[in-house]
Amino acid sequence: MRRDDDVFIMGEDIAEMGGSMAVTQGMLAEFGPERVRNTPISEMAIVGAGIGAAMQGMRPVVEIMYEDFTTLAMEQIVNQAAKHRYMSGGQLKVPLTIRTQGGAGWSPGAQHAQQVEAWFVHVPGLKVVFASTPSDVRGLLWSSIYDDNTVLFFEHRVLYGLKEEMPDEIEPIPLGKARIHREGEDVTVVATGRLVHEALKAAAAAEQEGVSVEVVDPRTLQPLDEETIVASVKKTSRCVVAHEAVTRMGFGAEVAAVVQHQAFDWLDAPVERVGSKFAPIPFAPVMEQFVVPHDSDVLDAIRRTVGRNGR
Amino acid sequence: MRVERDLRRVIGDGESLPDGEVEGLDDADLLELYRQLVLLRTYDERSLVYHRQGRIGTYAIFWNHEAMQVGAVYALSDDDWIFPSYRESAIGLLRGMPAATVLSWWRGHPAGWWNPADYNVASICVPIGTHVPHAAGLAWGKKLRGESACAVAFFGDGATSEGSFHEGANFAGVLKAPLVLFCNNNQWAISTPLELQTAAETLADKAVGYGIPAARVDGADVLAVYEATREAVARARAGEGPTFIEAVTYRAAPHATADDPSVYIDPARVEEERRRECVGRFEGYLRRRGLLPDELREQVTGEAAQLMREAIAAAEAEPDPDPELVFAHAYAAPPASFDHDLAELRRVLADG
Ligand SMILES: Cc1ncc(C[n+]2csc(CCOP(=O)(O)OP(=O)(O)O)c2C)c(N)n1
Ligand SMILES: [Mg+2]
Repeated sequence: MRRDDDVFIMGEDIAEMGGSMAVTQGMLAEFGPERVRNTPISEMAIVGAGIGAAMQGMRPVVEIMYEDFTTLAMEQIVNQAAKHRYMSGGQLKVPLTIRTQGGAGWSPGAQHAQQVEAWFVHVPGLKVVFASTPSDVRGLLWSSIYDDNTVLFFEHRVLYGLKEEMPDEIEPIPLGKARIHREGEDVTVVATGRLVHEALKAAAAAEQEGVSVEVVDPRTLQPLDEETIVASVKKTSRCVVAHEAVTRMGFGAEVAAVVQHQAFDWLDAPVERVGSKFAPIPFAPVMEQFVVPHDSDVLDAIRRTVGRNGR
Repeated sequence: MRVERDLRRVIGDGESLPDGEVEGLDDADLLELYRQLVLLRTYDERSLVYHRQGRIGTYAIFWNHEAMQVGAVYALSDDDWIFPSYRESAIGLLRGMPAATVLSWWRGHPAGWWNPADYNVASICVPIGTHVPHAAGLAWGKKLRGESACAVAFFGDGATSEGSFHEGANFAGVLKAPLVLFCNNNQWAISTPLELQTAAETLADKAVGYGIPAARVDGADVLAVYEATREAVARARAGEGPTFIEAVTYRAAPHATADDPSVYIDPARVEEERRRECVGRFEGYLRRRGLLPDELREQVTGEAAQLMREAIAAAEAEPDPDPELVFAHAYAAPPASFDHDLAELRRVLADG
């Protein structure tokens, strides 16, 4: 925003309060109320007006306070933002970035803890990013803002506490490029969001058991960096997919399909999936913890693929 | 359509503004209203303490909102339905719901799952405004069935920016549904003040476009709220359709326990509003009528405090929930996949 007047942000409670998760703290003071806009509680209009502004060349970043409430803006995201380019024969672009956050781990209950990124990877015309580290957020957000398509940009609530040294200069990270967090020989874990960090813990534990784990974070879910994932699986011959969203019918199923199709002859074990149980996220902390996956679930899945501790 | 822009008031200020009266309310009614106000106030103040003690989770404070809830519900009969937002979480207490039930809800315990049909109090709606269409539909259903009951939807000033509110209100207007749209205009939506929420002069004006009459009342005046709601309910029962009530008050407390309003609210204004809070104002009214000797006040507050002590004890005495409940209620008949997840849960519990 310091360099480009076309970039502005709007959303609920993002100004004085700096957003419900303090992400935009300090921005009002620096950029003023026209470029850091508190909006009425109107998710549909937040996205819709963002589309309008984007249509005439601005690069808006709009915030939906909880990803659970993208539901209220679904028409604008799915039928409008995603379709304008196509329905104008490529002549109209909607370079809009929709930032949102969510996830369990702090007991917000069934309507404030969901992980809904898989709804959007299924919509042609949208790009979907799920960033899991501070430097990834920075580099990917830059690329999302300057992408000529609408990008859904997911953040996980419990990762806001992460800290990382950062260079002054922004280093853009191209959309559609996975990150290999850790190299390994025996099992590939493809993980997103909070599960990247759970997978890294599980990988460290597996190492104690003599299993070498490679952890790959696609970072962009749509388009998906199939090449990096498939190359990794061809090296390790085993694959676990891990995300916090519900396992069934999830993003992990797509990764599993890609892997089995492109690396079938290399696989030594069925692709394992780790995710939430197919239940609404409970309010009660203990039960929430049971429903969502942890490092132990990733470790179990790793062990299953290498045939240890099998059930 | 009729929109009353002037704030209705019944309670005076004990100085230049004289006290009024509501026809049909006798002394016993006034004392019952007082008892209910104190009950909600005590519930709210104790809840804040319980939250700080880690005994309940994040809690949406409703301090200075009690008069709207008590006044409106007093104008209903028991078969009328109430659709609360999180701000009216304890409104069931006015229908005889045990305080332990509501505390359990805020504790994330299944004992907090009340059956809406037991109290005609719908589940608490946390997504903003999305319950307004439900209330419209329920009210319409009552009409179709030839029942005389109506519905009241409670929502905030911020909720009037949501499509759900507008579509629900329009529906109710077209269907002439027996609905009261009760807007708690506390002038804030978390950190967003009313003037950033709408350019309309009043929220009541929004009703005009849907052919719905509207009144504005002082939301800290339990009697004015009661009277306006009683009229709205009478219209609903007479088949005249919905009414919009804008109750104007001030959120003189944080949005919820997790909120720090000091970054966006002027503390002097909050202090000023706290001096005008609704329970104290009604106490002044009762005193001026000689209805509230000190012993009675102490008795009423003492009873409410005792009720809360028993309620938190009861909520905390609830046995740990059966973990299998996680899978019990999402479907009437759980899909086959649940067996697998349930088996895993049992395995985890056995290991643990
Ligand atoms: C659809 C939706 N969007 C955003 C939120 C986040 N949120 C929770 S409370 C709130 C403010 C609501 O203000 P208002 O309607 O005035 O009610 P009040 O809290 O003042 O009673 C917001 C934006 C939500 N719960 N649901
Ligand atoms: Mg409000």
